Amino acid sequence: MKELDRRSFLRIAGTSIGVGALYKVLPAAAMTGTSGEMLRELGKKNGEKVTPFTFVQMSDTHVGFNGAPNPTGTKAFEAAVATVNSLPQAPDLVLFTGDLTHDSEDKDEHAARMKHFHQIAGTIKAGKIVYVPGEHDAGLDGGALFRDHFGETHYSFDHRGVHFVGLDNVTRAKPEVGKEQIAWLEQDLARFPKTAPIVVFTHRPLFDLKPEWEWFTSDGDDVMNILQRYDNVTVLYGHIHRDDEHEENHIKHFGARSLIFSFPDPQKSAMKKPMPFDKDHPFQNLGIRSLDVRGTNVQPHEVELTMREFSGMNGIHQMLKEQSL
Amino acid sequence: MWRKRIAAIAGTVTLALIVSLSAQEPQKVSAQEPRVIDITAKKFAFAPSSITLKKGETVTLRIRSEDVTHGFFSRQLKIDETIEPGKTEEVTVTPQTAGTFTTICDHFCGAGHGNMSMTIVVE
Repeated sequence: MKELDRRSFLRIAGTSIGVGALYKVLPAAAMTGTSGEMLRELGKKNGEKVTPFTFVQMSDTHVGFNGAPNPTGTKAFEAAVATVNSLPQAPDLVLFTGDLTHDSEDKDEHAARMKHFHQIAGTIKAGKIVYVPGEHDAGLDGGALFRDHFGETHYSFDHRGVHFVGLDNVTRAKPEVGKEQIAWLEQDLARFPKTAPIVVFTHRPLFDLKPEWEWFTSDGDDVMNILQRYDNVTVLYGHIHRDDEHEENHIKHFGARSLIFSFPDPQKSAMKKPMPFDKDHPFQNLGIRSLDVRGTNVQPHEVELTMREFSGMNGIHQMLKEQSL
Repeated sequence: MWRKRIAAIAGTVTLALIVSLSAQEPQKVSAQEPRVIDITAKKFAFAPSSITLKKGETVTLRIRSEDVTHGFFSRQLKIDETIEPGKTEEVTVTPQTAGTFTTICDHFCGAGHGNMSMTIVVE
């Protein structure tokens, strides 16, 4: 860890003890100029001036999962909600990037899990909460249950001058977006100048992160061919249950930690097998991401959960473990 | 008159049979026909779980599902099939590189889908 990073890390860790979260500041997602003139110009073209705000990404809560990798069920999800609710200022948005629920072949049981998810997510203090499905939400029924609860599986909206696009790469059962949705995306983005800040949120990675673990989207290249026409694109995704950074054709991709269990580093592990549950550090490698928007710059911060029960020396040791970042 | 015609027809049929048999003969003796390996997909595993091929050997993988729709995908071996229940799909491959390759089900089939895979070893 570089000295500057260490100082930032310790300062942030120190302030986070009380709220049960650990922050890691990542490199900026987009480093283009943020001059007033440029932002004014963007505002004219987008119809809305870019003004600073903060939003949060949560992913892979798998409500209904019950197994050895995490016998605590929804506790991490609830801790994440408490963390967000303890922020000094509520985030403008919370984006959920799929696998809100763990699937069940019993439709009533799956619906009950969706309802349970709603009960927990409904306590989040945020301006707006939006969702895209994961394959565990929508892979078995083509997204029917998801649509009943959340509406369409892909859509877009503008917020304070940033264009957000929710992409669906799960409801066709295979890891793909599909020609129809790709055509929609191209049309959706057509009105924006190439400098417009765009945040895409989806479930699976749009690039070949690890195809042997189904960490890819088969037509992700077609999506990327459209996105790379724009200068300031950030892609947020879930599915891989670990944080990951990837840059390709000036587009930054950020994989999110889950709120149920973590997967190992695919470069170091031959097996796609959840990391075993550690009762002394039950939320290790679980967490959320907070993102600050300043002009066209989207700055992500990793937030690792810790347990209030570990607020003494154990908790401090746990939080200061560099490898846990 | 009729006898001549019947004899002519019989001769033609006999000739056709001979031609037909001789046409089939090369296929019968052909050693180049791909070896066929049967693979079964069933939640949440492939059987067999591992097969071994020879580098440069052309092999037909004959895959069928015993329950729901499954996928059969390997980026490295350029395989991307959807296996619907009740149907058999055939994939012919000629691997040019030795190694161990993972083929996965990439059509979501339930809770254990994420670990449904098989190994193809190329020697």
